[in-house]
Amino acid sequence: MTVIVGLEIHCQLDTATKLFCGCSTDYRDDPPNSHVCPVCLGLPGSLPKINKKAVEFALKVAKALNCEVPEESEFARKNYFYPDLDKGYQITQYDKPLAVCGYLDIEGDEGEKRVRITRVHMEEDPGRLVHKGGADRPKYTLVDYNRAGIPLIEIVTEPDLRSPKEARRFLNKLRATLEYLGVFDSEKEGSLRVDANISLAGSERVEVKNITSYKGVEKALTFEVTRQKNAIRRGQKIARETRHFVEARGVTTSSRSKEMEQDYRYFPEPDLRPLRVRNWAEEIEIPELPDARKLRFIKDYGLSPTHAATLTGDWQIAEFYESLPADLRVSTATATWVADTLLGELNYRDMSIRGVPLDHFKELLLIRQAGEITEKAAVEVLRSLLDQIRDTGTCELPRQCIGRLGLFVITAAEEGANDPVTAAAREAIAENPQAVADFCQGKKEALNFLVGQVMRKTRGCAKPGDVNRVLTSLLSGDE
Amino acid sequence: MPGRTVSFHPDDRYAAFLRTIPEAPFGEGRLAGVPVAVKDNISTAGIETTCASRILEGYVPPFDATVVERLKRAGAAIVGKTNMDEFGMGTTTENSAFWPTLNPADPSRVPGGSSGGSAAAVAAGLVPLALGTDTGGSIRCPAAFCGIVGLKPTYGRVSRYGLIAYANSLEQIGPMAKTVTDASLLMEVIAGHDPRDSTSRDCPYHHTPDPEIRGLRIGVPEEFFGEGVDARVASVVWDAISLLERKGAEVITCRMPSMAYALAAYYVTCTSEASSNLARFDGVRYGPPADTKKPWHEAFQERRREGFGEEVRRRIMLGTFALSSGYYGKYYAKAQAARNNVRADFERLFCDVDVLAGPTMPTVAFRFGEKSDPLSMYLSDILTVPANLAGVPAISVPCGKVEGLPVGLQVMGRWMEDERVVDVAYAFEQGRSA
Ligand SMILES: [Zn+2]
Repeated sequence: MTVIVGLEIHCQLDTATKLFCGCSTDYRDDPPNSHVCPVCLGLPGSLPKINKKAVEFALKVAKALNCEVPEESEFARKNYFYPDLDKGYQITQYDKPLAVCGYLDIEGDEGEKRVRITRVHMEEDPGRLVHKGGADRPKYTLVDYNRAGIPLIEIVTEPDLRSPKEARRFLNKLRATLEYLGVFDSEKEGSLRVDANISLAGSERVEVKNITSYKGVEKALTFEVTRQKNAIRRGQKIARETRHFVEARGVTTSSRSKEMEQDYRYFPEPDLRPLRVRNWAEEIEIPELPDARKLRFIKDYGLSPTHAATLTGDWQIAEFYESLPADLRVSTATATWVADTLLGELNYRDMSIRGVPLDHFKELLLIRQAGEITEKAAVEVLRSLLDQIRDTGTCELPRQCIGRLGLFVITAAEEGANDPVTAAAREAIAENPQAVADFCQGKKEALNFLVGQVMRKTRGCAKPGDVNRVLTSLLSGDE
Repeated sequence: MPGRTVSFHPDDRYAAFLRTIPEAPFGEGRLAGVPVAVKDNISTAGIETTCASRILEGYVPPFDATVVERLKRAGAAIVGKTNMDEFGMGTTTENSAFWPTLNPADPSRVPGGSSGGSAAAVAAGLVPLALGTDTGGSIRCPAAFCGIVGLKPTYGRVSRYGLIAYANSLEQIGPMAKTVTDASLLMEVIAGHDPRDSTSRDCPYHHTPDPEIRGLRIGVPEEFFGEGVDARVASVVWDAISLLERKGAEVITCRMPSMAYALAAYYVTCTSEASSNLARFDGVRYGPPADTKKPWHEAFQERRREGFGEEVRRRIMLGTFALSSGYYGKYYAKAQAARNNVRADFERLFCDVDVLAGPTMPTVAFRFGEKSDPLSMYLSDILTVPANLAGVPAISVPCGKVEGLPVGLQVMGRWMEDERVVDVAYAFEQGRSA
């Protein structure tokens, strides 16, 4: 059964001020209703004034998504009552959106895939309801208007996605694109909200609302595919309805179908003049985007397409990679270290690249490159630093950590000295007479075994070359 | 000089004010110490502002409307908030949730509306200047009924920031005064660009009225003297136009066919916008609070049912209907097409004439309760709504009386030519007193 998915994505634009007033958008750690003014509270007599930066950000998105930008775009009122909506209507766009008919290329289930974008439009975020005294039957509800008026863009795709995984990939690519543009911060809580339309070929379409995370999209859609397939198998008809995603339980639940029939009575917002956007869009420049950067990484740094894709799939990582010295950037070892080791360890801890001091990891890379620690020790240090950040929010300097763990490379001194490598080699020889005997009978593997023992005793901090040299010399001395 | 106040204890026998400021502070400037009355749908920081509605009782705005800021900057003393039809919805001020205002020219009659309080305050001599607002005639109608001057400026010439919206795309704040000169002076203070109002234009008003109108072409649309216009009113207005002709103007009769749809276009547009604008009054943020023990939608319904008067509820219902899916094309979209026709008519006429003139109102002031059915009340707006639909300036100047009741001459001008309608009104005022 073919799965058909289309997405409606709401992203908060990362402007300094709100869409229609001068209030700061940096409200997340502040008390409720402390980032408000007559305009975003919808006080009688207040009037909206468009934030040009927000339009510029939205136009960047339109360009990056290869959209057509019309001559003129207009705001409209979407009328409905809800306690978080302070004017009784939301200022949004209806029949004259900012941009239409775009696309975004992604890595699909069957190779490169073009996902068509229906439209991109701007709107204001409503306030937020805070339910007190239990989520199911709250005693009372408070309203916080700090979020009211935060600029949003809504991006609507055509039903071009064919699996939950593809939907997730699309979102990842979209997020990367928006972050490359510098218009979106995916780390901010509630900065992304997705509604997904999903149907199995030949059946009715179901809308899943209230998905607020990247993983949630895949989870919600996977749940829906299974639910719908099971229903069809049992001979039931899929009802055309709106369902809510309950993130905590990973399920979707049916919401009252009344919601679908709501009449929003759209009409042009009389308090704002239409925006002349085509020329504006033409003047706006957008930076290098993930696809172009990936090709450049392959070409300039000689990276494999897989490494290049991983390293450019997130703006922060790509920036980190490009901040490394030129000779490091062209090395496969560095690419592996960042793309596999660093990202792998982050992923394992469910941590984001944003929470970590990248300068530390750059230094760690440089120390490793200089041969002051071994590859194995570098991983151990990385793990320790990440654990510290996860547990305390901060971490030691790499050199401190290496010193504390005693992981600096131990170098063997000249012949006959009593350095740690020689000491460990003497121990290994004393403890393994059989291996020594085997070696003397010309079995080369015996030496490898002894090298391994020495490495273990020095906790991987000795250089293999040193160990070889010292062992060989000691063993030949014993003869 | 800080700390100076105007003592204001008027004999408000016509019930023009909803509230007065007994000691009103004032500052330096061209209106230093001049008492100015402000219609109650214009926000005044620290002074209760209700739009004459129960639903806003107790609401004290935390900010001044731009026009109030400008008044204060010019030194004026804001001495009180004037009565009006609730949210501006009416033609008589009878729709105030609090009390009716009487017409100083004849207390058995209405002062007109919706800026009836402002008109009565000026006509009774309680204040020399007042601010009104005009969505479909709400400045010009009470000016005509009470026998004073009222100007509806070009849309965009005066900031709407702080004006509690009834129908955003139609309304303007404007001056009301006994003489054209005073109205012009008040216009000079309040007009000008305001970055907080996106529909505001950068076109300040600096003007001294000039009575010279030789060579001016005055168009008189036949429709302004059509069915429903009291013959005695028509006669007084024709006399006024003749006076202008004697002063050197050329009078050209013309036609304005779009008038046939203007009233319908107006009522669909204003009720649609109102249904949306008034949605914010839900008892959550201001006015008497909603009952928080009930589910929110029940509490909202209850608050709105009790807080809004009958006419307001009627217009919200009409507007909600006009915007509903399936009806939008039939009503709202059609109204906008008719509105474009009105605009086009004005543009066409203004190629051949400089101003248009006619009566402000089809009749003189009504008796209280005289217009009991809403439709006949709506019909009395027929001569004033075209200027709002087109966004052009229009002034009403007293031009005579019918059985002791004032009649207003209406002069409409080209977009942004407020100065010219003021000049024509001034020419008439001067010519009449000469
Ligand atoms: Zn604000």
